[in-house]
Amino acid sequence: MSFLSLTNIKKSFGPVQVVHDFNMGIEKGEFVSFLGPSGCGKTTILRMIAGFETPSGGSIFIDGKDQGALKPNQRNIGMVFQAYALFPNMNVHDNVAFGLKVAGTSKTDIDIRVKQMLGLIKLEHLADRFPYQLSGGQQQRVALARALAVKPQVLLLDEPLSALDAKIRISLREEIRQIQQQLGITTVFVTHDQEEALSISDRIVVMNAGRADQIGTPFEIYNTPATRFVASFVGTLNIIEAKVADPAAGSITIGNQPVTLREPIAGLNGGDTISLALRPEAGSIAEGAKGDASISGEVVSTSFLGSVIRTRLRVGSDIISFDMFNNPGIIPPASGENVTLRFAAKDLLVIRE
Amino acid sequence: MKKIWAWGALLFGILYFTLPLVGMTNFSLKMRRGEYSFDAYAKVFGDPRFQETFTYSVTQALFTIVFGVLLVVPTAYWIRLKLPGLRPYVEFVTLLPLVIPAIVIVFGYIRLYNTSSWLPLTGSAFGTNILLMFGYATLALPYMYRAVDTGLRTIDVATLTEAAQSLGAGWATILARIILPNVLVAVLSGAFLTFAIVIGEFTMAALLNRPAFGPYMQLLGANRAYEPAALAVIAFGITWGCLGLIQLVSRFQKSAPPKA
Amino acid sequence: MSSAHISARSPARRLPLHWLGILPFAAFVALFLILPTVKIVVGAFQTPDGSFTLDNIRGLFTPSILAAYWISIKISIASALLGCLAGFAISAAVVFGGLPKGIRGPLLTFSGVASNFAGVPLAFAFLATLGPVGIVSVFLRSELGIDLRVLGFNILSFWGLTVTYLFFQIPLMILIITPALDGLKREWREAASILGATGFQYWRMVAFPILLPSILGTLALLFANAFGAVATAIALTGSSLSIVPILLFAQIRGDVLGNPHLGYALAFGMIVVTGVANAIYIWLRARSERWLK
Repeated sequence: MSFLSLTNIKKSFGPVQVVHDFNMGIEKGEFVSFLGPSGCGKTTILRMIAGFETPSGGSIFIDGKDQGALKPNQRNIGMVFQAYALFPNMNVHDNVAFGLKVAGTSKTDIDIRVKQMLGLIKLEHLADRFPYQLSGGQQQRVALARALAVKPQVLLLDEPLSALDAKIRISLREEIRQIQQQLGITTVFVTHDQEEALSISDRIVVMNAGRADQIGTPFEIYNTPATRFVASFVGTLNIIEAKVADPAAGSITIGNQPVTLREPIAGLNGGDTISLALRPEAGSIAEGAKGDASISGEVVSTSFLGSVIRTRLRVGSDIISFDMFNNPGIIPPASGENVTLRFAAKDLLVIRE
Repeated sequence: MKKIWAWGALLFGILYFTLPLVGMTNFSLKMRRGEYSFDAYAKVFGDPRFQETFTYSVTQALFTIVFGVLLVVPTAYWIRLKLPGLRPYVEFVTLLPLVIPAIVIVFGYIRLYNTSSWLPLTGSAFGTNILLMFGYATLALPYMYRAVDTGLRTIDVATLTEAAQSLGAGWATILARIILPNVLVAVLSGAFLTFAIVIGEFTMAALLNRPAFGPYMQLLGANRAYEPAALAVIAFGITWGCLGLIQLVSRFQKSAPPKA
Repeated sequence: MSSAHISARSPARRLPLHWLGILPFAAFVALFLILPTVKIVVGAFQTPDGSFTLDNIRGLFTPSILAAYWISIKISIASALLGCLAGFAISAAVVFGGLPKGIRGPLLTFSGVASNFAGVPLAFAFLATLGPVGIVSVFLRSELGIDLRVLGFNILSFWGLTVTYLFFQIPLMILIITPALDGLKREWREAASILGATGFQYWRMVAFPILLPSILGTLALLFANAFGAVATAIALTGSSLSIVPILLFAQIRGDVLGNPHLGYALAFGMIVVTGVANAIYIWLRARSERWLK
């Protein structure tokens, strides 16, 4: 059994079922992200692990112990909330000390541990500040230290970065990942930001309407999305609607232009519609670009994103984006220009609905 | 377990608050021996003293409201706009009437504005009426100021003012046409509360010897048995009406579409 | 003032013009709030011909006047504390107790009404309830054989006044504390709980300290509210119960002959008592909210 195992978890609020038969095992020391839009059930699962919600069915085991009968304060779990949730009436030191204090730890031990935790988040100098005197990023680091001070078995992070500025969001997520690896603590992270999930997770669970659409490493999730939802939610994949020409030969048409896939198409007939995914970085319009497939289209727009230039092509009724790396010598295609995009046929992924 | 405790607290509250209301209503209907009747109400409404004092208090309340609005709205506006540093002090001053008992304030009036003073307001009935009105405005000040200030907080006073000035509006126009309509609900809330306070006020009216509704009720209570209960029901009805109107206007504001 | 329009541009000179805007308010407050109070305070230390004296203050220290202050303070403290407790319990029941959501709106509306239902009519309502022929007294006597008067309860007494004052004290507490209870974030309770705290520990270490400033403020307000209540007391007891506001009322009316400057001293004493109550409040509050902005 995994360190944290969720078996057949269900949850309904009244007539609405928000989590359907969820199964997952999380290994000790693993960093797992739950990714999905709001209302997909990711936060509900987190709150069930914490014990704030009781599952309507199924069981939660941590380190072999059934958590079903345990109240939140008996579970030894650390949690960081989206809105920091620091106690406003306590200074940084007392906030971090709170869990130790209610556990009856001696004052000397508390002071040692608090110092250690503040060292971990590099805020030793702010021990006497009250929460209102801290920036959002500082508050969230204190919240992290508070959660970790009691040496929890599992750390739960409920969208801890979404209230912060973009810049701090990135530096803090790196800090969280680094501390997590340093302590080797099993962590569940809930977010709606795919970049966040991709950048710090060992594994990602993409949630959709109360179910896990796909569980896999960031690499798998991004490169081989299992469903159309995963493909559209993670990254900026192009979803192309194509028509099947000859299923056995793997030939299709995109906006009347023929393209041949690497494999035959199972379960579809000629004339059926098929969804395909193409990563924006998989194609190129440069002279002599490699690729065994190509489509032509009209340039709709070009946007400069810093390190890359993203161009949108109209092919039939589809819009296909592709990225090229910026370099000063490049001349971006102009709107209205007709260009040919070359790519490897193996990069064209068939998407299940 | 938690629910039982909660229901217990609520039940206690309901009992404590309903019994006196039931008691006074019940008593007010028992004037005729052996059966319920509205005799006590008929007696009260038929009493010319009731009509006189009630009219007097309503008039006082209306004047107090007008004076209060004219005093508080420009002041609160001006402080938000030009003297924000002064706000805590003004707020403190407006809360003083909650701390200094009304009887002390009116005692001060009597000694300060008697016939032999520099401003002999108590020398004539008219002057005393004015003084009483100022007293009521003082009592209502904490509520009025809070209501208006809260109302002003929800609008961007500085931007509205600059926009109006750029279109050539003067101060009077800005106050009457821009600020007042925007805090109307707050002003109305303060006004209804003022009305509720003034209509039953006893101490100031009694000590300034004015024929107001409060002293009339007290006088009746000292001499009659059933009519006071009827008066209590009426007074409760008026208070309920005023507070109901506050709810009504604030709900009206919530349901109104947000201004662009 | 030919330079008026020029000086209007310099910020330093503009200040006086700004201050003109609050002149009406300042004048009103000075004439009808501050000066009358000051007049009382000064008068308390003056003889009728205007010279300084401590005799008026000394005059307060007679057993009957001291007793009146004492019972006034007792009633105010009792009704403020009980009002706080009961109001808190009812408010907490509605906010946290899992009661139907529909109760909340009517409760707050009713509290608004009841907190303003003070004075003479309130006294009538309680006379009709707990007075000798009140509905509860009669019910207890005829149905249960309990005579409140035999038990020592009298509406014209310390407990009678306290129970009556609670009718406006409890709703006032509810009105003030309900928003404060709403302000307790769910995450604080959850954070405390996930860190291992029991419900009691959460209340003792987090919720109560956060609420304390509001509770203290309400206590001070309720105290002043009860201490200055004249109408309810007079309508309820006539002048049979000797509490300070009734004593002062009689003094001003001229019912009691004697040194007119004793009235100043009585009123001054009231200001001192409510002033001390508020000073205690401000001091406690400053201690309890270091963490506030």
